Amino acid sequence: MSANGKPKFAMYWAASCGGCEIAVLNIHEKILDVDANFEVVFWPVAMDAKYKDVEAMEDGSILLTLFNGAIRNDENEHIAKLLRRKSKLLVAFGSCANEGCMPALANLTSVKEILDTYYTTVSTDNPDNIRPQPYFKVPEGELHIPTLFPVVRTLDQVVPVDYYMPGCPPESHQIAAVIDLVIQVVEGKAQLPPSGSVIGAGGSTVCDECKRKRDVKKIKKFERIQNVILDPDICILEQGVLCSGPATRSGCTALCPSAGSPCIGCYGPAEGALDYGARLMSAVASVVDSNDPEEIEKIFEGIPDPAGQFYRFNLAGSLLRASKYGWNG
Amino acid sequence: MQRISIDPVTRLEGHGKIDIFLDDEGNFANSYFQIPELRGFERFCVGRQVEEVPILTNRICGVCPEAHHMAGAKAVDAVYHVDPPRTAKMLRELLYMAFYCTDHTTHFYALAGPDYVMGPTAPVAERNILGVIHKVGLEIGGKVIQMRKYGHEVIEMIGGRKVHPCTSIPGGLTKGITEEQRQEIEKMGHWAVEFAQFSLQLLNEIVLGNKEYVDLILGDIYTHRTHYIGMVDENNKVNFYDGKVSVVDPEGTRLGKYAPNEYTDWIAERVEPWTYLKFPYLKKVGWKGFVDGKESGVYMATPLSRLNAADGMATPLAQAEYERFYSTLGGKPVHQRLAINWARLVELLYAAERWVELATDPEITSDNFRTIPTEKPTEGVGIVEAPRGTLTHHYTTDERGITTKVNLIVGTTNNYASLQMSTKKAAQNLIKKGTEVTEGILNMVEMAFRAYDPCFGCATHSLPGQMPLEVTIHDANGDPIQVLKQYC
Repeated sequence: MSANGKPKFAMYWAASCGGCEIAVLNIHEKILDVDANFEVVFWPVAMDAKYKDVEAMEDGSILLTLFNGAIRNDENEHIAKLLRRKSKLLVAFGSCANEGCMPALANLTSVKEILDTYYTTVSTDNPDNIRPQPYFKVPEGELHIPTLFPVVRTLDQVVPVDYYMPGCPPESHQIAAVIDLVIQVVEGKAQLPPSGSVIGAGGSTVCDECKRKRDVKKIKKFERIQNVILDPDICILEQGVLCSGPATRSGCTALCPSAGSPCIGCYGPAEGALDYGARLMSAVASVVDSNDPEEIEKIFEGIPDPAGQFYRFNLAGSLLRASKYGWNG
Repeated sequence: MQRISIDPVTRLEGHGKIDIFLDDEGNFANSYFQIPELRGFERFCVGRQVEEVPILTNRICGVCPEAHHMAGAKAVDAVYHVDPPRTAKMLRELLYMAFYCTDHTTHFYALAGPDYVMGPTAPVAERNILGVIHKVGLEIGGKVIQMRKYGHEVIEMIGGRKVHPCTSIPGGLTKGITEEQRQEIEKMGHWAVEFAQFSLQLLNEIVLGNKEYVDLILGDIYTHRTHYIGMVDENNKVNFYDGKVSVVDPEGTRLGKYAPNEYTDWIAERVEPWTYLKFPYLKKVGWKGFVDGKESGVYMATPLSRLNAADGMATPLAQAEYERFYSTLGGKPVHQRLAINWARLVELLYAAERWVELATDPEITSDNFRTIPTEKPTEGVGIVEAPRGTLTHHYTTDERGITTKVNLIVGTTNNYASLQMSTKKAAQNLIKKGTEVTEGILNMVEMAFRAYDPCFGCATHSLPGQMPLEVTIHDANGDPIQVLKQYC
């Protein structure tokens, strides 16, 4: 508790896009409840505290920290450890912190390749083949920029995490519900869920929230979305377009399938799935209408980028975590 | 040599950092604006199904995913050589206008606004959105929340989600809108027009009515005579979604207009070893270093650039404001960087008017929002105007539509050389031998880049929007002799 009697709240972004912050702001007037019930002590997007102030706080003095973003460089890791120490409840907030999100597809390649690609693109004028240096001497002194880690890591691969709140970004109605719950806990009117729980999401799959009709229909061919007109009322996967609904945790109200677009899996693995990609592959295999290995192989040619399709959000959090190119730097 | 490190902890696509060096006399020697992060989308978007790239690249920026989704959508249309139906293009543009209204509103009220409403050297505790609300009243705060809400409602209706839209695919959209939704969107659009007019009136009263601010805007410290770029329609009017990119020199002469697939004839990017971000410049003019003028390829791409590079606005109310803008500031082009904030509101009004135009088009509710591609995918470039500058997506694929190359020139990146120059000039003018580097001076340096609404300031793009800065002044031995903080 702080001097004014309110519990302390923090939010931080590591390697992320800022969408989690926008999702929090999209609770609109409800943001005033956060202000009324918490003392916001650290939230770079919204208020003016810095690392030093956090370092000066007593360990465990922040009740709730929402941490979004993956661990891409040493600064991300340093702040994750700092906030872990200072926070009673550390929440992995959003897909990047939970499972790496799309930027973790970089784990299929090496840092060297990332740099080589970026500094030699078609519009790049780089005759001396320059790469930025962590330490670089200019006439006036030495300049420093951080070094990237070989692979992107999730928050719980760096520090212990109390709760997991998935989504890219988490939906605003879920954020509002979690804030309400914490306020009730503070007021003694509710209990916290068991440590390690997934919060702000459902316990089933996106398919269970999806209004499209399923007929257990099997398919002979995978289609790319641009090549078909989808029936708005029938299961997208059963129309031959890869949809991540069967492996993905519920909680978003099946937004993308409702908008005529397949689920891309941003809410992460469904309850009990050890490996997201494996779960999705087995669900997809079950709709394939063939027992002939050759034909099956041909059908799966319709999914030309399985790594990107099955591990779009989850590579850092999967059993694979990275390819050998990633691990070898 | 002394060093002043301005190290903001807020970020977007990484953290920004400014190192300022002073000579032994305490005079300004040089400064470096560093971007210390890189996520590598150009690499990991390779090997993917190209229709996914407009969804993957949303995650470059959660503040302006709509811009990446639109540039990506146009790039995948081009990859498949498919021209989406008129309704699809209008729906995408409608979503985009709603996004512009949300985004420009946030910048004006939460970021730039506090400097003017509260004053550039007002106490730190007051110089933020809450200070603004206390000063001008809760009612205005409510309107700002309402504008953001309406914008996101339209984004979700057309884009499927409030953040990271998912409905644009090669050849159009996965869904259309109903007549009921259209009516709702139209109603919100009319409200947005009134809100934009109200915002311009507020700027008139608070900023333009104050001689001190006008002097600050017109002063040399925030002025750079550079080239400007911005997208225009066939009548050379500002357009955010489609057209050619107009390039004008510091005298306002149009050097030409380029179509998306011609961008490499016009733009090249320079690499410096002390920062991760590249510095784009005009290839035809050439790189002459971080300098102003007609001979230097440095350009700017912001709301002000778009106004400078165009002949006017395509909607009547915005056109009237455009004319007032230039007559007040002494004709075209305007070089004063702080005028970007005013230009942004002229654009807000245009976006709101265009929102209503599109929402009242009889074809907007048509079911004809898809064209199925029939040609083999190859290569394509899509360009839109992101709020912070011209955004270019360039994809190359194999015959299966798997990406083999991805190149991105992102809004803020265009302005990197210009930002480096602006912060340097502000520091050079403000920090001299014997100067006590106060918090107010730091804020005046900060104002030099805040007007650009830079995307590492997408961070600051939300609530109070003051970059937490800590400035440490070191002596020649590297020992700290003075620490200054703001918003820290």
